[in-house]
Amino acid sequence: MSSPVLEIEGVTKSFGDRLVLDGIDLSISEHEAVALIGASGSGKSTLLRCIDLLEEIDDGDIYLDGEVITDPAVNPVSVRRRLGFVFQAFNLFPHMSVLDNVTLGAVRSGAMPKQEATDRGRELLDRFGLGGREADRPDQLSGGQQQRVALVRAFASRPRALLLDEVTSALDPELVGDVLEAVREMKDEGMTMIIATHEMTFAREVADRIAFLHEGRIVETGTPAKVMDSPERPETQRFLRRLLAGGRI
Amino acid sequence: MLGGLALLVFTSSGWPDVQETFFSPEAFRTSFPDILRAFWLDVRMFVAVEVVVLILGLVIALIRTSLSPALFPIRALAAIYCDLFRGVPVILLVYLIGFGIPTLGVTGILAEPIFLACVALSLAYSAYVAEVYRAGISSVHRTQTDSALAVGLTKFQALRHVVLPQAVRRVRPPLLNDFISLQKDVALVSVLGVQEAFRVAQIDSQSSFNYTPLIAAALLYLAVTIPMARILDYIARKQDSVV
Ligand SMILES: Nc1ncnc2c1ncn2[C@@H]1O[C@H](COP(=O)(O)OP(=O)(O)OP(=O)(O)O)[C@@H](O)[C@H]1O
Ligand SMILES: [Mg+2]
Repeated sequence: MSSPVLEIEGVTKSFGDRLVLDGIDLSISEHEAVALIGASGSGKSTLLRCIDLLEEIDDGDIYLDGEVITDPAVNPVSVRRRLGFVFQAFNLFPHMSVLDNVTLGAVRSGAMPKQEATDRGRELLDRFGLGGREADRPDQLSGGQQQRVALVRAFASRPRALLLDEVTSALDPELVGDVLEAVREMKDEGMTMIIATHEMTFAREVADRIAFLHEGRIVETGTPAKVMDSPERPETQRFLRRLLAGGRI
Repeated sequence: MLGGLALLVFTSSGWPDVQETFFSPEAFRTSFPDILRAFWLDVRMFVAVEVVVLILGLVIALIRTSLSPALFPIRALAAIYCDLFRGVPVILLVYLIGFGIPTLGVTGILAEPIFLACVALSLAYSAYVAEVYRAGISSVHRTQTDSALAVGLTKFQALRHVVLPQAVRRVRPPLLNDFISLQKDVALVSVLGVQEAFRVAQIDSQSSFNYTPLIAAALLYLAVTIPMARILDYIARKQDSVV
């Protein structure tokens, strides 16, 4: 395997006196998809937000392509331009057209000339089943379509890695499929990604590796088959048993 | 009810007198050109003050909504500013600044009543408008900023392209209200002796013992504020249908 795209070393993060991340170590190689699983409140979103520098960490280091990004001297804007983030609740810009949502970042950051960004935006929207919706406002789209726009928005700037935070959990069940299909397609194109998810079937199918987060620590990692079929740690076993009982697998 | 009242007024024995003192065509004709000329000053003052207010109000709102700890002292000053200037009657501010600043012995534009009146109105209305903007900015959810930063915008770009457009849309109605109040409050500068429409009408009516000039001035204010309200309503509706 090549050198890691993202490397997380000993990251801790508290909100007030609540310790949310308690020494996270995780490394993600190029083209690899890591599924981050764990109970609600285990710190999945917080970890992803820390990687995108939307939260400040208390301790540890995060490296992007071998360069430390959690140093105060690093400009967070330049880091975020190399990463893509997709939020659980889409967070599209409601006052802009679908196409402007997708091109805003690239155009304003100067990463691409406007024409190139527009062409790429149109092409990607078309590819992900949103052709003809470029001029619509986000609220004219279904939840599944909005989330695909959010995926395209993050993907359009050719990021080094995508950070996906439970991209389907705000969706009606019948809308989940198209969104997961879009993620799968990005993965097949070689996109490196961390996927926080409750969709175990999807995690098993798309992820190269699963990391199980429990109370702010990664207690078990491994291939989907290993972690899901023969988990070693009691916390993992309990988590999976509870999901199984809830009919979530 | 209103019709009954009107009937009562029009058939009362005093009505012919009222008609003569308030609605005399003769007095209207003689006073109107002067009042119209003076009203042009109101319009210019209003436009100048409004431009200042829209910018200064925004700057103050941005300071008040900033999160940076380094800005704390300025943030406190901005809060005090808003409390002070919103809490004092506008007419009192016009008085204080219009008569107070010249006693400092300043010369040139700083001693000019028109300029000082505009300063007073700008200070008062910037405080109102800052609070309106601030409500709008705080109503835009934090996740919008996160999202803007995540696509690679700087904090300033996030504000400029994502937060402010949404904030301003949401507070358009109260913003327009302040706009119209200001158009009327320009008449307050008459207390400094500035020859604007209300002042000219007042002088005319006192010298002729007739109130018709005041009615003429009122009509001029209405001729601007009513269409303005309708046009702004229309623009607001049109933009809302797009959002
Ligand atoms: N901004 C914040 N301020 C205070 N506490 C926070 C904040 N963000 C998250 N937390 C707390 O941190 C803990 C972890 O939250 P996080 O959102 O990372 O969990 P999660 O694994 O993503 O959960 P879920 O599956 O429900 O999305 C929770 O206890 C949460 O209450
Ligand atoms: Mg979460």
